Amino acid sequence: MTQIAAIAVLIILGGVIASLVSGSIPAFKAFGFDFITTETWNPVTDKFGALASISGTITTSIIAMVIAVPIGIGVAIFLTELCPPVLRRPLGIAIELLAGIPSIIYGIWGLFVLAPFLQQYIEPALIGTFANIPGLSSVFAGPPYGIGTFTAGFVLAIMVLPFITSISRDVFETVPPVLKEAAYGVGSTTWEVVWNVVIPYTRVGVIGGVMLGLGRALGETMAVTFVIGNAHRISASILAPGTTISATIANEFTEAVGDLYTSSLIALGLILFVITFVVLAFARLMLMRIESKKGV
Amino acid sequence: MSLYAGRRRSNSIAMTLCFAAAIFGLGFLALILGTLVWRGVAGLNLAVFTEMTPPPGNEGGLLNAIAGSLVMTIIGVAIGTPLGMLAGTYMAEYGRFSKLAMVIRFINDILLSAPSIVIGLFIYELLVVRMGHFSAIAGIVALAVIVVPVVVRTTEDMLNLVPTPLREAASALGMPRSHVIRRVCYKAARAGLITGVLLAIARVSGETAPLLFTSLNNQFWSSDLNAPMASLPVVIFQFALSPYQDWQQLAWTGALLITFAVLTLSIGARWLAGKTVR
Repeated sequence: MTQIAAIAVLIILGGVIASLVSGSIPAFKAFGFDFITTETWNPVTDKFGALASISGTITTSIIAMVIAVPIGIGVAIFLTELCPPVLRRPLGIAIELLAGIPSIIYGIWGLFVLAPFLQQYIEPALIGTFANIPGLSSVFAGPPYGIGTFTAGFVLAIMVLPFITSISRDVFETVPPVLKEAAYGVGSTTWEVVWNVVIPYTRVGVIGGVMLGLGRALGETMAVTFVIGNAHRISASILAPGTTISATIANEFTEAVGDLYTSSLIALGLILFVITFVVLAFARLMLMRIESKKGV
Repeated sequence: MSLYAGRRRSNSIAMTLCFAAAIFGLGFLALILGTLVWRGVAGLNLAVFTEMTPPPGNEGGLLNAIAGSLVMTIIGVAIGTPLGMLAGTYMAEYGRFSKLAMVIRFINDILLSAPSIVIGLFIYELLVVRMGHFSAIAGIVALAVIVVPVVVRTTEDMLNLVPTPLREAASALGMPRSHVIRRVCYKAARAGLITGVLLAIARVSGETAPLLFTSLNNQFWSSDLNAPMASLPVVIFQFALSPYQDWQQLAWTGALLITFAVLTLSIGARWLAGKTVR
């Protein structure tokens, strides 16, 4: 009985993969491998290519990780090494609670509060600062729309921040106190303890946590859908509107008419699933390694 | 001495940065909650709980969306929980070190953080296409699929916390294995098991993406599970992206309600979990 239930979990995952594959066959039949490498996305002429969505997904996730990883690890260091013990538990709990807030909340906040703020203050400043630097000037170009790839990445960063923080804090706490005490004993500063003892000891786990956050950022739908602008093209500028796989599906699925359109959207879902599966599997393997190190 | 000063300086720079990171991160999160309360409370009144979602420009509330969310969440959790509990029990009690359990644990962890929109597509292919129309049933199944991995994980973790001598003692008294699990292990881990269910409810009550193309939405009151049904997150999504002021206000109020519900559930879950582990 219990074994049947356990196998049912396997069947669910198998079902997910099977249904995505079967649903996306028409799209892959019609466009072949070009589906992944072309940018055109035109429902009127029934021509679909996934490249804009894929690149948007990857770009927003990279922006999110660039912002969230250093800050998340910084907060974790603050919580484990610097924070007064009285505040440690409440702050830790607060962060864990925030990790559970539904993504639609981050989306609505991003649309009504963050996007106008970025449009008014941050984006003009970015455009001004990098205008004369070759290379970067095209990354930060164009009018400040407020909504766009950069805003989406920023919202994602705030979303995955509690996630990365709480996992990094958990793995930091697996460091045996003896090691830290020994390092302090030979006269290390707090930073040297963190940099030379804590981080090397927990490197695998931290990478696992970051990958887990990345998996979440890649698949995140609602928060991104609100602020990305849903434009099917690849812009050099990260301030321009773009789209991601999940935002495309969320925006267009209920309006999709015609088998090829629907099938193309499902094919997008399959690509997203494959990407996140690889990232998440990698993250879990990393975290498993640190578990076994802990000797449970 | 200059070496020492340099080390001191890099230490204080690094620590200031960590401190700044904490302020920045926690500040943003506080800002989000603050905005939510500020904008949400403004639209909070009795009509929100007693009237249907309005056409733009009219008075109205969120009653059908709240009811739809409750119905789908409750039934979804009711389907997903027993399945998850049984699977978790298998992994903790029967097959703890078997190859099968290892594989399932891995797969379950993947499902746990798989993008929920993909689950929505799966149910769309499985149910909506076969039935030919969007329906609350499809939404419920989608939520159930999301519930399962959460419950599997907590059930397994909590049963693993039950001390082995307890099981040995019960077995020594001649209890069959199934009795040991039901009467002894479940009882010892009860608070933890409830925690898992609460966490699952908290998780699915904010889910939007999988409902977008399973249960869709409904402007009116509906108790027909075979028809499209409104839900709070989907209504928020639609209303927030609309150009109408009053719809946007309702979206903020709905967002406040969901956040409040989710936070209450997760605080309750933590409180219960704290009682188990002790």
